[in-house]
Amino acid sequence: MARADLMDFDEACQRFDIALGFEVHVELSTRTKMFSDAPNPASSEFHGAEPNTLVTPVCLGLPGSLPVVNEQAIEHAISLGLALGCSIAPSSRFARKNYFYPDLAKNYQISQYDEPIAFDGSIEIELEDGRTVAIGIERAHMEEDAGKLTHVGGATGRIQGAEYSLVDYNRAGVPLVEIVTRVILGTGADAPAVGRAYVSTIRDIALALGVSEGRMERGNLRCDANVSLSPKGSGVLGTRTETKNVNSMRSVERAIRYEIQRQAAILDAGGAIVQETRHWHEDTGTTSPGRPKSDADDYRYFPEPDLLPVQPSAVLVERLRAALPEPPAARRRRLRETWGFTDLEFRDVVNAGLLVEVERTVAAGAAPAQARKWWTGEISRIANASDREPAELIDPAAVAELVGLVESGALTDRLAREALDGVVAGEGSPAEVVERRGLAVVSDDGALVAAIDEALAAQPDVLEKIRDGKVQAAGAVIGAVMKAMQGKADAARVRELVLERAGSA
Amino acid sequence: MSEITPETVEHLAELARIALTDEEVATLTRQLGAIADSVAKVSEVATPEVPATSHPIPMANVTRPDVPGPTLTTEEALSGAPESDGSRFVVAAILGEEQ
Repeated sequence: MARADLMDFDEACQRFDIALGFEVHVELSTRTKMFSDAPNPASSEFHGAEPNTLVTPVCLGLPGSLPVVNEQAIEHAISLGLALGCSIAPSSRFARKNYFYPDLAKNYQISQYDEPIAFDGSIEIELEDGRTVAIGIERAHMEEDAGKLTHVGGATGRIQGAEYSLVDYNRAGVPLVEIVTRVILGTGADAPAVGRAYVSTIRDIALALGVSEGRMERGNLRCDANVSLSPKGSGVLGTRTETKNVNSMRSVERAIRYEIQRQAAILDAGGAIVQETRHWHEDTGTTSPGRPKSDADDYRYFPEPDLLPVQPSAVLVERLRAALPEPPAARRRRLRETWGFTDLEFRDVVNAGLLVEVERTVAAGAAPAQARKWWTGEISRIANASDREPAELIDPAAVAELVGLVESGALTDRLAREALDGVVAGEGSPAEVVERRGLAVVSDDGALVAAIDEALAAQPDVLEKIRDGKVQAAGAVIGAVMKAMQGKADAARVRELVLERAGSA
Repeated sequence: MSEITPETVEHLAELARIALTDEEVATLTRQLGAIADSVAKVSEVATPEVPATSHPIPMANVTRPDVPGPTLTTEEALSGAPESDGSRFVVAAILGEEQ
């Protein structure tokens, strides 16, 4: 639908009630796949492998191969379920979801159907202005990811017009947890923001648990967004569409907004919404229809005969529950309050993905404001310039050490930046870099006084000006001294000494 | 009597991507019906106290540790493929959309 034909977003929200629902797939970062001991490309250890090098007979569905469940994947799925406030099923089982498509060689996906491992949960999400929304979780179940298809020959690289497709089964069998929400009602115009905050919260939870790398650009976290509209106050649910391929926080927000405007325009014109899968196109900011949504029956689910039920003991579940980290929303609130940041300062840290780094730097002894300044400032600048992640450049303890050196007066800000360069270049700890590069501030007053005398001799009128109340005249002397000391002097101390001279002379 | 109709068989054939002649549909309708009727006899003896059983052996939690094992080489992986580009399987153009 052309932009001009969409209904204005605010008008759509006034005239229709909006219902949302999300299915988020989380790729677990175990070392091996869900049902095979093939290395898992969703872990950094094996990411980026050449096509079809992370495959075993199980991944290819070869005759005679049998799946065996990854113990670690089960524990991760339980942890994720617990963090979503879910009950853990004392007994759950796998099921075959049958469909024909070359992304899975065996023509079915092993999933869970009527007995998911986790169900009936709820999480709290926080919007940018601090309001919270409770999102009901219907279930979280385990399944395997499918292989990756590349369509060749068509003009666009999309499916229509493709002459053939290339299949890489490295991703086939990667452990997934699919998290399904209950219907979310009453968001009104906040619907796009709720979608974004929900996906962001799921990512935070997965990262805090350490069960997924959560990198959306790698497909570690993928969102399908269900949207339906009904006339305001009608109390019924409208026909929904499911938008797939929404793989960034920003896309989630844009795709929901677009679907609301598109459906509102169709309903306004007296049309009906077709229940279907739609595909999100990042470039045009629109969705297009995919296949009509199959009935669950068409997948002919049945219990997976090759796998036995999963019956986690209460001891295991309680051990995993005890190991759960603080929920992300509570953690953010606590940190923001403890650190005393403004909302904007705090959002900068969160949006840059540096919350953990700042937290660890503070834990290593740095003042929160200094930790924030270094991570979002100089370190992020170097990272951007070299196309790396800030966390790869330096560890939090070293940042705290730098901050300490500045606070004790051993380094000026400028010298500390130079020391940072040295640490990033692999020259050692900040103290070692300072030693090797000879960066320490000259704190010996004798040496400073000598330099000041020399500068005053060259600019004899300065002391007179200072005595006349023109204190800013000291700047010329301070500059000359700093130059003479090659920047390794504390300008504030130099200023004190110059003023002392003016007073005592 | 079973609920397997010719329409059911045609629908299943489509889902399974199998082309059937009218004669085959008729034969399969009869045969699948007989199988479904036989299986349905279980409900005559199963009382409400008998729980549904998906796995006849009372075992659970058969797992393996999360340790990588050997993988196939690309050549081995592709050895059974009718066609490949040297690193990936080549399959016919796919009509319809991704799952």
